[in-house]
Parts: sequence; structure tokens; C-alpha cells
Amino acid sequence: MSIKHLEEYRDPELARRLIDRIQSISSKSVGTKSVRLMEVCGTHTVSIFRSGIRSVLPDGISLVSGPGCPVCVTDQSDIDAFIAISRMDHVIVATFGDLIRVPGTDSSLQSERAGGRDIRVVYSALDALNIAKQHPDKRVVFLGVGFETTAPTIAASILTANFAGLTNYLVYSAHKTVPPALEVLVNAPDVHIDGLILPGHVSVILGSNAYMFLKTVHRKPCVIAGFEPVDILHAVSSLLSQIHAGKPELDNAYPRAVTPEGNPKAISVMDAVFEPVDAAWRGLGTIPRGGLKIREAYARFDAAIQFDIQVPEPVIPNGCACGDILKGIKIPPECALYKKRCTPVDPVGPCMVSSEGTCAAYYRYVSNL
Amino acid sequence: MKKNDKILLDHGSGGKISHAMIEEMMLPVFDNPILAQLNDGAEIKVGDERLAFSTDSYVVDPIFFPGGNIGDLAVNGTVNDLAMSGAVPMFLSVGLIIEEGFPAADLNVILCQMGLAAKKAVVLVVTGDTKVVPRGAADKIFINTSGIGRIPDGVQISGHRARPGDKILLSGTLADHGIAILTSREGMRFDSPVISDTAALNHLVQRMLAVDRDIHVLRDPTRGGLGTTLNEIAGQSKVGIHIAEERIPIKPDVAALCELLGFDPLYIANEGKLIAVISPDHADAVLAVLRADPLGKDACIIGEVVQTPAGRVILQTRIGGTRIVDMLTGEQLPRIC
Repeated sequence: MSIKHLEEYRDPELARRLIDRIQSISSKSVGTKSVRLMEVCGTHTVSIFRSGIRSVLPDGISLVSGPGCPVCVTDQSDIDAFIAISRMDHVIVATFGDLIRVPGTDSSLQSERAGGRDIRVVYSALDALNIAKQHPDKRVVFLGVGFETTAPTIAASILTANFAGLTNYLVYSAHKTVPPALEVLVNAPDVHIDGLILPGHVSVILGSNAYMFLKTVHRKPCVIAGFEPVDILHAVSSLLSQIHAGKPELDNAYPRAVTPEGNPKAISVMDAVFEPVDAAWRGLGTIPRGGLKIREAYARFDAAIQFDIQVPEPVIPNGCACGDILKGIKIPPECALYKKRCTPVDPVGPCMVSSEGTCAAYYRYVSNL
Repeated sequence: MKKNDKILLDHGSGGKISHAMIEEMMLPVFDNPILAQLNDGAEIKVGDERLAFSTDSYVVDPIFFPGGNIGDLAVNGTVNDLAMSGAVPMFLSVGLIIEEGFPAADLNVILCQMGLAAKKAVVLVVTGDTKVVPRGAADKIFINTSGIGRIPDGVQISGHRARPGDKILLSGTLADHGIAILTSREGMRFDSPVISDTAALNHLVQRMLAVDRDIHVLRDPTRGGLGTTLNEIAGQSKVGIHIAEERIPIKPDVAALCELLGFDPLYIANEGKLIAVISPDHADAVLAVLRADPLGKDACIIGEVVQTPAGRVILQTRIGGTRIVDMLTGEQLPRIC
């Protein structure tokens, strides 16, 4: 195995040239207002922090993190439902590792696991399917959290379980869909964003055409970008050029992975199992068609239907600014709890605990000294 | 800790929450100045002799992995803890906790590897203990090793001694052990060529001391990785540490697997690497010694100690940006050693 091909996207010389170009476009626009660019996706956020991109951009250009961290936008009632399921007898919960520490209203999966509940971290829904095969006496519930990137494999796990006649495999779907959330963001009066860096992985599935409305209806400069430092610098440069020229485009700067139509096979698997549903996003409220629920034909795999899940009235912790942070209205140091009551060791909101969360990224990578 | 808190896997991570537990729950109970030093091994005085004393328990899963097994890991680990105080390791104890039903043939392999590792490190296993617990009360086998070594005259290695201007040396590639363990776990199904770096570093340390008796700090970046270890040094010495990403050696396969699995190699465990903080006058000489040894052939100077910001580790990224490297928060990989 080799990642030699990634090296060129981290090349210091190439990065230097892009930084020069960004500085040159930026200096031509002296006197104009400062520019706010949103990276929608949490993977971009982490990459930006890890490679120190903010520290090399000229003054007046700010990168604002958006709502593209699946764990962060998962509604409190869904987190509480995960915990409630984990407490049921004869149940094994299979989950991505990111959810383990997220605080619910009165517990977390981590606490439940330490208390003896069977909660297992898996790398794919197909691992959860294997656990179900190995434990026919238990019901195995996979916690489906993620965007269009993960939804197709989880749909495939349900199709596989159906084909194999597995009766003890279930999914709790808290999936979210990205384009409806972008629509809400660009329409929000309190959100001021001059351009969008669109998520690479989601675009691999959906294709660039899925965002055409941002250009045609909303006239928002957009770039679909990969995740390496050179990809992101290129995206910033492209957005600045579009803003400077006053010509919004939908620039696919990740053509090595993203096509206009996306991945039709993944889309058809996703569509076979899931249907769009109005969904509660933490911080953004209920977004029309912003989530995915399991279709009726597969209801026997739907944990939300098969279990009687009782959750406490959700309590959003006082002072937690996750909502405004997810919309790019606030940055983490502007939250009263940041680094005080809320730390990665003892998080209050999910943005501090998810590896892709904006607060966690600030905490981990930004010195306030 | 609050009244109803439970011990979580995080408490064993070697990161922030482990440190908090040591400070809140252990230091007050065992209150003494030797423990309070919080170095890899304790330094104790018996008559005129200065001895290093250290202990470590091994719960690695799987017990056999590419490049080693729980047995040689347990010997090398304690030998290294002693070596990081500059000591010449001399005697080890071995405590075995074995699950009922464990194959005798596997135990034999593990013990033989421990014997070989002890021979290679030139230490004697002089005492031991074996307990067998009912099936399910332990997972296969756990091993504790403790060790004693003699600290040569004039050697004063401690996490408190990093000074502005000192160079930071790393003896080789990062993250080999953690990634070897992870990819050999059931369910990962990687056909991975990565092998653990488990090795005893005591002879290498003595060769380094031969050219620089005044090595300021030595640490082996095990659990919590390079990032956590450098933060410990910055905190203990009340200095800042600057490192450059492009100078940190990582094997391409290891880097690829870290990418794929979403792990930051700065926080992944190593079992045969050391970090040395050396005065700038001696750094090149020590580097030459490291590079001349098979265990240090990829050694590099990865950065230096600075005055401010005290207690912080700053990384210069490959594209020329900067960011902080914090201590590991939360468990990245349980049962890595």
C-alpha cells in the first residue's frame, strides 16, 4: 500500500504558490469587506486545523466551520434514544467510535459500557452484521449516524440482512442529508457566508450536480474540494477569484473523485432502503427532507419502530453554543463553556467530543496563548 | 473524580484523563517526593548507589502480533522504562495472570521469547509469580514486569531538565507498534506489512551517554505517543517545544494506514523508540551515535526547546503553518501494550 499519490497534495512548494496566489487576489480586493468562507464538512475542518491553513491565510479571509460533522448535528433526542436502546436486555449496540463519548441528557454510551452494557465499536455496518450472525440470541442494533457518505453502506447492510434472512439485525437511522441543510444555511438571515467549500466525500456519492441550486438560485460561489492542504488552498483561491470577479461558479476541484452524476449504484442502494424525511438537526432545527428514514418495506430492520424507546425530555445544557457554532455564527472561544465547563475529557456538547467537531478542533489545535 | 463516576477505558489511555487520575487519586495517597517526580522509572538511593525502579503491566490484544508477542513486549517495556532514566537494567520480576484453559504451548512460546528478550537486554529475571483465574476472569494472559537498574555516576536524566535551546531527537519512525497491533486485530482484515518496533533500548542509551553524559531528558513515547510525551516534558520543565512535521519520520505504509483509519501518528504508541532532549553542543554527536545503531538508523532532530509558550508543543506543518499539539484526550486504542 502506498499514499505516494497524496504527497503531491501536501507539497510545500505547491502550497507556497497557492498561498502567494491567495495573497495576490486578496490584496487586489483591499478596502473591500472581509471574506467569510465556510467549510461545510468536518473532515475539512480537521484538515484545515491539522495543516495550519488558517495561520497562512492573509488577514481578512476567515474560514468558518459548518454543520458537516454527523455526530455534532445528531439531535439530543436521538442520542438519548441510543442510550435507551443500549440499556435494553439482550441487545448489542454496534456504533462508530465517535458516538461513544457524546453526552446524552443523563448518560453516555461510554458510561453505559462501563456499567456493563454490550456496546461495540465497529468500522463498518457490515461488521455489525457479522456480530448479528455470531449472536443469534441477541438483537444487534447499528446506530446509523452520518451523511450520504455512510448511508449507502448502511443501506447495503440492511439489504444483505434481508437477503440472508437475518432477523436479529436492526438499524436506528439518524442519517442526515447535506443539500437540504445547505439550502437552510444560505437562506438563514443570521448566517453571513461569502462562499462555500463543499464536502468531498458526500460529493463522491451525490455528484456535483446536486449543488447546482447554490449557483443558479442562490448565486453562492462554491467549490467541491478534496481534503489535502493543497486541495483546500486551491479551493480558497478559487472562491476568492469567483468573489473578486463577481461570478459565482460551482467549481469541481476534486475531479479525481467527484463526477457530475456521482455514484449511481450507491444512490440506488440508498434510495431502495431509505426515504427522505423532515429531520431535527442540532442547532439548525427541523430541516425539510433533511434526514433519511428506513422505508416501510424494511420496517422490520428499523429499531425506531421495533423498539419501544422512551427518552427523557431533552435538556440542552445551559450556555452551550453548539447550535450557533454549527451555523458558523459563533466560534468556540465565544462560547461561555469552552475550555471551562466543556473539555474533551468532560464534554458538554457534541462539538467538543466528535473528532470532527469544531470545538474539539479548536481545543486540540489552536493555542489561545 | 465525582462520586458516581466509573473508571473508563480513557483512564488507561496514558493521556490527559490518566494524568488527572494520577494527580487526583494516587499522588495524594502515596504522597512522597520520589513518586512526585513522575518519571518513567523512580530514582531511589540505597547507600551510595542510585537505583532506578519501574513497573508496567501488559494486556496487549492480540497477544501474538507481527514483530513480537506479549512476552518480549513485557521485558522490553520495563527495560526501556529503566533505560529512560539512564540506568543499566539489572533485575526483573515477572508476574503472570493466566486465564484457565490457556494453551500451554502458547505460554511456552511467550516464556521463551521473554527469555530471549532478557538475554538480549542483559537482564536477569530473578523472581516471579503465577496466578490462574477462572475462564472469563481475565482475557488469555496478562503480564506484569518490574525492574531495577543502576544509574551510572554523573547521569541526571529527568523530565524536568529540558532547557531553551536544547534539541529534540527522535530515534526512528513513529507509530509502528500501534498500527501493527491494530491491523492484526480480529475484524480488521488488513494484509498489513507493518511490524511492531518492540525492542530494548538500554544498550543504545548507554552508547548515547558515552558521548553525552549530560543528556537532559529521555522518554520512550509509548501509550499516548510522541504528542503526549512531548507535552509531559514541556509541562514538567515549564518550557515550550517546537517541532517540524516534515522532520518526523513515518514509514509510508504506516502513514497510509493512519490516513485510512483516521489516526494521528503523533498519538500512536511506539515500543522501541526514544525521545532525547540534548544540549545543542552535543546534539550532532548523539545523533551520529543513534544513526550508527540499527535501532536508531532513522533518527532525526525533530525540533527544539523554546522559552515560551511554556507547557505547549507547537508544530510547524509541512505547508508552513503552525498549530499546537495537545496531549491525547480520550483513549485512541485500548489494550495496545
